[in-house]
Parts: sequence; C-alpha cells; structure tokens
Amino acid sequence: MTDILMPALSPTMEEGVLAKWHVKAGDTVSAGDVIAEIETDKATMEVEAVDEGVVDAILVPEGTEGVKVNSPIARLKGEGGTAAPTAPPAEQPKAAQSKDVIAGASSDDPRAARDQGQEEARERQADPGAKSPPRADEGAKPPSSASSPLSPDEEDRGGAFGSSSSGGDGGEADGGSPIAARIFASPLARRLAQQKGLDLSALKGSGPHGRIIVSDIEVAKPGAPAAQPQAAPPPASKPQAAPPAAPAEAKSLESLGIPPGSYDLIPLDGMRRTIARRLTESFRDVPHFPLNMDLEIDRLLDARKRINGALESRGVRVSVNDLLIKASALALKAVPEANASFTPEGIALHHHADVAVAVAIDGGLITPIIREAENRSLADLSTAMKDLAERARTRKLRPEEFQGGTFSLSNLGMFGIRSFSSILNQPQGCILSVGAGEKRPVVRGDALAVATVMSVTLTCDHRVVDGAIGARWVQAFKGFVEDPVTMLA
Amino acid sequence: MDFDLIVIGSGPGGYTAAIRGAQLGLKTAIVERAELGGICLNWGCIPTKALLKSGEVFETMSTHAVDYGLSVDKTGFDFPKVIERSRKVAKQLNSGVGFLMKKNRIEVLAGTARLETGDPAPKVVVALTAGGSRTVQAGAVILATGGRAKTLPAIGLVADGDRVWTYREAMTPPAFPKTLLVVGSGAIGLEFASFYRSLGSEVTVIEALGRILPVEDEEISAAAQKALEKRGLKFRTGAKVTGLSKDGDGVSIALEAKDKAETLQAERAIIAVGVQANIEAIGLEDLGVKVDRGFVVTDGHCLTNVKGLYAIGDIASAPWLAHKASHEGVHAAEHIAGKDAPPLKAPIPGCTYTNPQIASVGLTEAQAKKDGRKIKVGRFPFRANGKAIASGETEGFVKTVFDAETGELVGAHMIGGEVTEMIQGFALAMTLEATEAELFATVFPHPTMSEAMHEASLDAYAMVLNT
Repeated sequence: MTDILMPALSPTMEEGVLAKWHVKAGDTVSAGDVIAEIETDKATMEVEAVDEGVVDAILVPEGTEGVKVNSPIARLKGEGGTAAPTAPPAEQPKAAQSKDVIAGASSDDPRAARDQGQEEARERQADPGAKSPPRADEGAKPPSSASSPLSPDEEDRGGAFGSSSSGGDGGEADGGSPIAARIFASPLARRLAQQKGLDLSALKGSGPHGRIIVSDIEVAKPGAPAAQPQAAPPPASKPQAAPPAAPAEAKSLESLGIPPGSYDLIPLDGMRRTIARRLTESFRDVPHFPLNMDLEIDRLLDARKRINGALESRGVRVSVNDLLIKASALALKAVPEANASFTPEGIALHHHADVAVAVAIDGGLITPIIREAENRSLADLSTAMKDLAERARTRKLRPEEFQGGTFSLSNLGMFGIRSFSSILNQPQGCILSVGAGEKRPVVRGDALAVATVMSVTLTCDHRVVDGAIGARWVQAFKGFVEDPVTMLA
Repeated sequence: MDFDLIVIGSGPGGYTAAIRGAQLGLKTAIVERAELGGICLNWGCIPTKALLKSGEVFETMSTHAVDYGLSVDKTGFDFPKVIERSRKVAKQLNSGVGFLMKKNRIEVLAGTARLETGDPAPKVVVALTAGGSRTVQAGAVILATGGRAKTLPAIGLVADGDRVWTYREAMTPPAFPKTLLVVGSGAIGLEFASFYRSLGSEVTVIEALGRILPVEDEEISAAAQKALEKRGLKFRTGAKVTGLSKDGDGVSIALEAKDKAETLQAERAIIAVGVQANIEAIGLEDLGVKVDRGFVVTDGHCLTNVKGLYAIGDIASAPWLAHKASHEGVHAAEHIAGKDAPPLKAPIPGCTYTNPQIASVGLTEAQAKKDGRKIKVGRFPFRANGKAIASGETEGFVKTVFDAETGELVGAHMIGGEVTEMIQGFALAMTLEATEAELFATVFPHPTMSEAMHEASLDAYAMVLNT
C-alpha cells in the first residue's frame, strides 16, 4: 500500500487546490500516468504516478482547496496488496483547517498544537489574505470540546464547519463525510450539480424554504466544482478547473444597500485571490511614481519588417512587443540600478534581465518570464514568448515560468490605450506600461511632421529606483526603440 | 369592489381555490349553478367509488369467497339499494362542501355566471337560481366551470339519457342492464365496465386506439386487458365506431376494425370518449379569452390572457382529474393573494378504480424514451409480495422508470390491489426530486404491498431481492 502525496510544485508551495482527478478508485495506473491536476495560485499542473498499482482510494476529492504539500491524496495498492479500510474522503483538508481552529482555542490537544496547528499558524502569517476568516460558529466553539476525549479525527468531524474549504459544503450524507453548513437541496439537484460541476453553496434555492431544486441547477452556469467527493463522476461532465467555493451572496454588499439577487457572484479562484492580495499590498505599501515618455517607433516598425523578412524561412514572426522586451532587457543592462529589488537586507541588483510579460487570460492575468532576455536572439525570444503565452492561456505554466522576474512589461496598445501606469509586480523595482503606437504630429526643428508615436510609462519603486535612475532607464529604452540598430551594439 | 376573489364553479378545483383564497384573507365568493362540489362529489369520482365498492364486495362474495375458505349459500344484490348508497355518499360530501364554505365565510351565489368586461378583473353577472340577477366585481376571477362528457354527434355518439348514457345516467339507472356496450376505454369507461361486470352484466368495451387505457404505460394496458378479460369483460380495440342506432329495446353500435366490420348489440351503451370543457355561454368570446381546441389557454400560474382572469381544472386542459383541478386552484388563489410560487410543474398521478386498480405518475417507458432519455426500468410482480399473497391479490405488478444518467425517477406505473393508495409514494418521491438512492434508502414496512415499490426500484438497478 502506497500513499500518493500532494506534490510541491515549487520550493515555496505549501498548499494547493486538487483541481481534477484523472483516475478513480479501482483504476490501474503505471508510472508516468497523469493521475490528477493540481492548481496553485497561478498554474494548473499535472501530477504523474510514480509507482504502478491499483488506485485503492481517492482520499481528497476534486475541488478541494488548501491541500497541504505531502499530505496523502490517494492510496495505491500494489500487486496483491490488500484493500485499505475506506478512508473518509473529504476529511483531509478540512482536518487541517479545523485543527487550526482547535489549536487556537486550546493548547490541550497536543497533536493539533504541535503539528498542523503550528504549520497553519505559520502559513496564516505568511499569507494572511489567502484564507477567509473562520465563521462565527467556529469562533464560538467552546474550548472544552478541544480537550474532550474524542480522537482527533472525531474532533475534526465535530469542528469541521469548513472555512474556506469547498470540500464538504455539499453537505451530502452519502459518503459519511462531515456536513458543513447544511445546504438544503433536493437529491436530484445534488446529483445534477455534481455532474455539472456546480457548487451548491454558490446557488440560491427557489424551492420551499430556499431549497435548491432541479430548476435552480438548470439555470446555473457551471463554474465552481462539485463540492461533494465522488469516486467516479462521469468524465464527460467533469469540470475543467476547480476554483474554490464562494458564498451565494456577498454579505458586504448587502450592508451597502445592494440586495442579494441583483447580481451574479463569481467565486474567487486562486488566481483572483492572489491578484487581489498582491496588488493591494503593492499599491498600498510601495511608494511608487510614474515616468512618461513618448517614443517614435517608425524605425522600429521598419526594423521589424526587415527582421521578419529575414526570419520568414524559419517561420518566426517577431512582434513589436518582442522588440520592446528586448529593448527593455538591454535598457536594464545599460541602467542596472533599475533592475533591482528592495529587501529589508539591502537592494538586490539582478544579474540578468528576466522580463515578465503580462498576459491576459480567462479569469485574470499571468506574467510568464523571458529569462535572460538580454542574451537571447529575437527569433528565440519571440518563439519562447509565443509558447509561454499559449500555455499561460491554458494555465499550463510551470511555477518557475511565472515566478521570479526582475522587471515587468504590460502592453495595452492593442486596445488603443494611449498611456497608463501599471501597479508594481513585487519585488520588481519597475514595470513598464506600453500604450498604442499611433500617428501623431511631432515637431521637428520648427516644423510639424507626422510620426508613429508610442507613449510609455515606467512605474518605479522609489525605495530602489529614484527619479533620476528611472529617467535614465526610460532614456536608454527610448534610445534602443528609436534607433533599433543600437540594440546590436 | 364587492370581493377580492370570485370563483365560478364549485367543483374540487373551484371550492378548494375559494377556501385557499379565504384562508389568505381574500374576501371570496363562489358561484354554482347546480350542486356544491361539482361533478366530482356529486356525479363523478366519489359516487362511482361507492358503486365500485358494492360491485367489488359482491364479486368477492359470489366468486372468491371459496378462495378464502368461506362459504356463501346465496348471493344477490338489490340494484336500487346499490344506487341509493352511492347517492347517500354523494349527498354527505355535498353538504360537507356547504359546511366548508360557511366555515370559511365564503359567500355562495347560487346561479349561472357570465363574464363582462371589468377592472381589475372581468365583472361577473350571476343569473340567480332564485330569480333576478346580481353583478359583482372582484379583484380576480377564477374560472372553474369544469367539463362534461364529450359526445360525437357525427357518428351518432350522443347520449339520450335512456338507452345511451354518459357517466351521469350510468350512475343512476332505473334498471340493471344485463348487456352493456362501453365506448371508450379511459378511466371512466373502464370503471363503469368493471362495475357492471362485477354485478354480472355482459360488457364489451370499444376502443378506437390500439390498446385500452391509452394514456397508461403499454405494459400496464396489456396487463389490464388480460386481468379484465379474466373477469369476463370483452374488448374491441382499434375499433372505430361508425354508427349507433336504437332498435327494439336496445342499442346497436356498428364498428370497423382492420377492414372487418361488425355490429354489437346490447341493452344499453355508455359513451366515455373524453371530456369537453364547459366554455359556452360564459362570455369568453366577448372578453377575447384565448381558447385552444376547446380548452382555455393558461400560463404556469393558471392565468388566462385576460387580466385578472384565471382558469383551472377541466376547463384548462387535460388531464381531467379532480386533484389536478384542486392543485391548480390552490396555486391560482395563492398567486392572486400575492404569494410568490414557482410555476406549477408537479407530476399529476392518475388512478383507475377498476378491479384490479391502475395507478401511475410521470412518464411511461415509451414517453421517456421519446424524450431521448437513457432509462433504467424496474418491475416487481405482486405474486412475489407476501402481503399480496396473504390477501389473495397477486394480480399485477409495479414498474419504475429511472433516468439512467441522473437516477431521477421519471415515472412509475402500477396495476393491482389498492395501488391507487400507493402511487402517492412515488409522486412524493418525484416532487421531492428523489433519485434511486433515496428510494433504496427508504424503509418500506413489512408486510405491505408497498414493498413491491421498493423492489421495483431496486430491480431497475438489478438489485431486486425477492424474485
């Protein structure tokens, strides 16, 4: 008997969402088979089987949030192995969460305090925005229950009024799983929701006493995952991704006079939570300022035409944005003080220009990184960018492909935006916002002329990039863009 | 405004709507041109059940006593007394409705109503039975004028009240007919056929379609025909009536079936070929009320196209069943009182009180397939049910139809003893949107015939226990 553990997709990953199972209990797997998909803040990764054997039990249901790295997610039975007693499916992630609560309420439970509790507490400090606060009923849980003679598992069941977990919100009694806040829904509605990948907790019931009935399912859009663990839902109707559950109505809106029912509530997925948290922190905590400059890009456009002519036989088409990535990287090499990060220990001056490029995807944005952009040929850079952007849209990027850039570039020119200033992508010191290239009147000598002009804005973290440094960077960038040949120097 | 709500017609739909309206605080009046309680209580559901019970007891005594180890020296019946009992039952319920109207402070306007343009609902002009007329205006009007036996004058299928009957005459005949023809094999036709057969009439049922009880599941139709034939009933299915004539002391009906023509003769004939709505002389045309194929068109809240005018029951389309009418009546009254309810959609069970009884709810197997559903079908015969064996009621079976993909119970069909008392179990399951899992998980008491419902559910998933 082998436990399959929640893998770490990056060195810093502590937990993730079990987005999708590709196997069910009873399936035979061999090493290398894709068995599950794990979703972190920004990516969905496939998990491959390391051993071969028969899946004995799925321990963590699809759609479960906050699954700890290294916690068992499934059990594999080797040849001739005996079946393990059926594990309580929904409990793994919730156990962790409720232990967190128990640890906070009382230190009598040694296991809770020592193991999960501490871990969770650490994590909460590190990542305060990622979890919704415990509900009132958790807070009100009397400390005595934590020191009751129940086994930890039983306690988990008692205290498992899951906070941010969607694991048990279906409240289905079938699997003997603990019932979270009870959801009133007809049996058929529950089953249809599961088949369609709907989260019942996100729906409003139109039946008697607000009961969720079939017609509510029929009008609901698939989005949130089925909250109910199930060994083998029909594959055709399985949800693609598994964003976490959301309450059916936003309490904060009601208190502001926006009544429930007057809007659709889209549950927050990992990406949205991350965007909200990180950008709020950045905008609030980092002293930032913008620097604007207009660039003439006729020569850049001309250069692009000639480059593409040369690359045609190789099937590569360099975009204006690719050229801007290259120019940014070279400008960072020319003004290395701008390629910097603020840390409490000191200013980190990065050796390479790892340029993160904002890519809009369904449900958010992500910034895949062109590493060492200063050293890459345009053809190579362009090919790499195309591949990254494509995989970003299907959320198939590996964490190292979007984490750890030193500078960001965001281009809204295709929407006709003339100029804007982005919010810094911490811990990077600068982010460049690129507007649309358009024909504008320019003054040459004392005469008016027409040129293709593009406005750019560099947002700087004043802790590392002062006004003069930023201005020098923009100047250097302008030099490369307006006279592309100098990029070869 | 004289009233908040006026209900026209006091059948099971109308009087129930009036009570519900009054309960919700609406000042309510009800107009009735004949007996309170309408056809159901006075000339339909209830008095026929009284007749059928007499017939069943007689048949059991005369034919089956020996099966139970009993001996009966001499059996017989007093036909007028059988009829009298049935009338007494109707009378009791009729006065019960009068009591309910009084209790709920509903004003009863005895007379015939006619609608005129009004606001916020049509005005109601009542030609009072006692003479004179009264015009009343209400906030809303519920039309519940019901239906009557359909006749087909083109082929002579018209009741004369003497030798050719509708349900109405069939319920109170002056003499017992030794031979009888029944045209139509729906619930009404078959119930009378079953009743007269139980007392010894030679009965032949004529059905134009290919099988009896055409609205039921095909397997049920076949089983019903077999069971009724065993009791001595005769059937002509796929037989079109081409003419009806009265000769001598009786009736002749000419038939055409599969290019074979024949003429059947009997003392009396009952016409039971369907229901037509009572839509005439109410003023619907003047108001522009939308009518389709003889029935008033309504939406999911029983509203017609005319402001403030609702229609429920037989007048607003099939199935022509009292419980459908009262269900709609409650809904309409609540809608008028401003209660927010989703449109009607609960499945309506159907019951036929022949011997054996037939009951069903939801889709037949064929309908479910036609809907494009993948289905699972379960069956369980009463001959494998302990209580049925002990009661000597082993005829019949229970059939379930589940959606294979979702486990939804989409239909249930039964034939056998007292199955009309059991069908609500499946109706409840469907209303609660149960799946096979809940039916499996429900504990059915032993020994009851209802265990066959459990087994038929299990059988659909190849988990049947007792066959």
